[in-house]
Amino acid sequence: MTLLVGALTIGLILSLLALGVFISFRIFAFPDITADGSIAVGGATSASLIVAGVDPIPATILATLAGIAAGATTGILHARFKIHGLLAGILVMTALYSINLHIMGKSNVPLISQQTLATRTEAIGVSLAGGAETVSLWGWELRIRDASTLTAAWIVTVMICLILYIFLKTNLGTAMRATGDNPQMIRALGVNVDNMIILGLAISNGIIALSGALLAQYQGFADVQMGIGMIVIGLASVILGEALVGRAGIGLTITGAVMGAVLFRLIVAIALQWGLDPNDLKLATAVFVFVALVIPHMLARTGRKLIGAAHA
Amino acid sequence: MLEIYNACKTFNPRTPNAVFALQGVNLIVEPGSFVCVIGTNGSGKSTLLNAIAGTFGLDTGSVRIDGSDVTHWPEHRRASFIGRVFQNPFTGTAAGMTIAENIVLALRRGQSRGLRLALNRNLRNEIKGRVRRLNLGLEERLDDSIGTLSGGQRQALTLLMATWIKPRLLLLDEHTAALDPKSAKQIVTLSREIIERDNLTTIMVTHSMQQAVQLGDRLIMMHQGRIISDYRGEDKKRILTNELNETFEMVRRLDQLDESAAELLARSYV
Repeated sequence: MTLLVGALTIGLILSLLALGVFISFRIFAFPDITADGSIAVGGATSASLIVAGVDPIPATILATLAGIAAGATTGILHARFKIHGLLAGILVMTALYSINLHIMGKSNVPLISQQTLATRTEAIGVSLAGGAETVSLWGWELRIRDASTLTAAWIVTVMICLILYIFLKTNLGTAMRATGDNPQMIRALGVNVDNMIILGLAISNGIIALSGALLAQYQGFADVQMGIGMIVIGLASVILGEALVGRAGIGLTITGAVMGAVLFRLIVAIALQWGLDPNDLKLATAVFVFVALVIPHMLARTGRKLIGAAHA
Repeated sequence: MLEIYNACKTFNPRTPNAVFALQGVNLIVEPGSFVCVIGTNGSGKSTLLNAIAGTFGLDTGSVRIDGSDVTHWPEHRRASFIGRVFQNPFTGTAAGMTIAENIVLALRRGQSRGLRLALNRNLRNEIKGRVRRLNLGLEERLDDSIGTLSGGQRQALTLLMATWIKPRLLLLDEHTAALDPKSAKQIVTLSREIIERDNLTTIMVTHSMQQAVQLGDRLIMMHQGRIISDYRGEDKKRILTNELNETFEMVRRLDQLDESAAELLARSYV
């Protein structure tokens, strides 16, 4: 049970990563590898600040701002200096590796016996439960601490989803979506496409850094390596979400990305439980994304063949 | 309204593929004038339109719109003056977004876009009303993505969007060329209605001699990056399709003469 709740909580935290990838990958069709660096910069910044005695809430906000700066840098490299999007992301991600080491001063910052957002929500949960250690949920025994972090992760995710949804429906957000859809059209309607890309990547990486900050506080450490392969996990979540709910409408796609992230985490937990070597996890993720990207095309092709055969 | 002086543009300069798209174009368009531009393929008509819209910068020359020197303005800044309909119906609308969202984007052409919700009930009703007047039955489909519509429907909406906020200058770039004859006719009628109703200063590039003769109060013919004839007033009213075809034929023969003459000379002397 603890394992399941843990997987759900990490899934919700990583659903913020999925939302960030959704913005860059789906709205702008921009494969933004900065994600790998910005999730680590989020973890590194929040962990270092907390260890330095900063309250976890401002530490998390500053971590988000660091991600915003990283995303804006990628955007500027791409839009202003006309560097290929993939390369712009690689440059910033690589630079962030050194920056993260500088922020942390070492490659790993443990948060044991520090006050984090996780310990704080656990404390709130325990006090609300009146000191009880466990709560019974449909016959399952659930530790109060696990239940409260799960609830908090859920609240944060829902809030970010709502804000993102509303933002994408504003004048600015609509223009941003149109920039990814048809830059020529939106330029003719007076929108500075370069600025939109920079702003979009800033928001995307801000959300991803927030995800990193929450992840570090939940798992109790930040590591300079924590971002490796995260873009692929984000992609897997977005693709899985689209398979679950389709792509009709912004609200559905956002919900799908969250569902995809949680489901993906559950699949990973189950696979590990069944004996998948953790070393193979990234390989399995990459293969999963490959298959998920290829299968729809293959299905469409065989579908056409079948229809063609029926006509012949 | 529009003043272009000595506009020159060469694509791929200093390479074997250099294209001299505009070679010193001068054009002054009065307010309320409706100018048709015709010309052979590669004559520079679309380049002229793009140069006005700011898709690229000119090599030399200047562009003024309504008294402002916009020569060095980027495209998105010029958009506050210009409404535009493209040849490809897919270019003027964002396929993945709904009809209402597309229109809302056009409503803020040339204005700042803030954090206010793009759509509200009043706006929806206004959009519904104006879309209904297109008589395409699209007013009940405002929440359908625009990618599900036909080329003609999308072009009608693009026209509506380009003129929703009255533009100082309307640019139509062969906007019926990619449509079937029936849709093309509808779009021409709609264009004429809107231009006459709002007395819009318009420049329309077209392939159709018929359109060039029937529409507008001024006709410009381009060839090899230059304006070679300019009919206005009574001349424009009198001109007939076959006269235009004759002029085209003459231009074409002149071109051939150049080539065959060069060949002749080459055979004799090289």
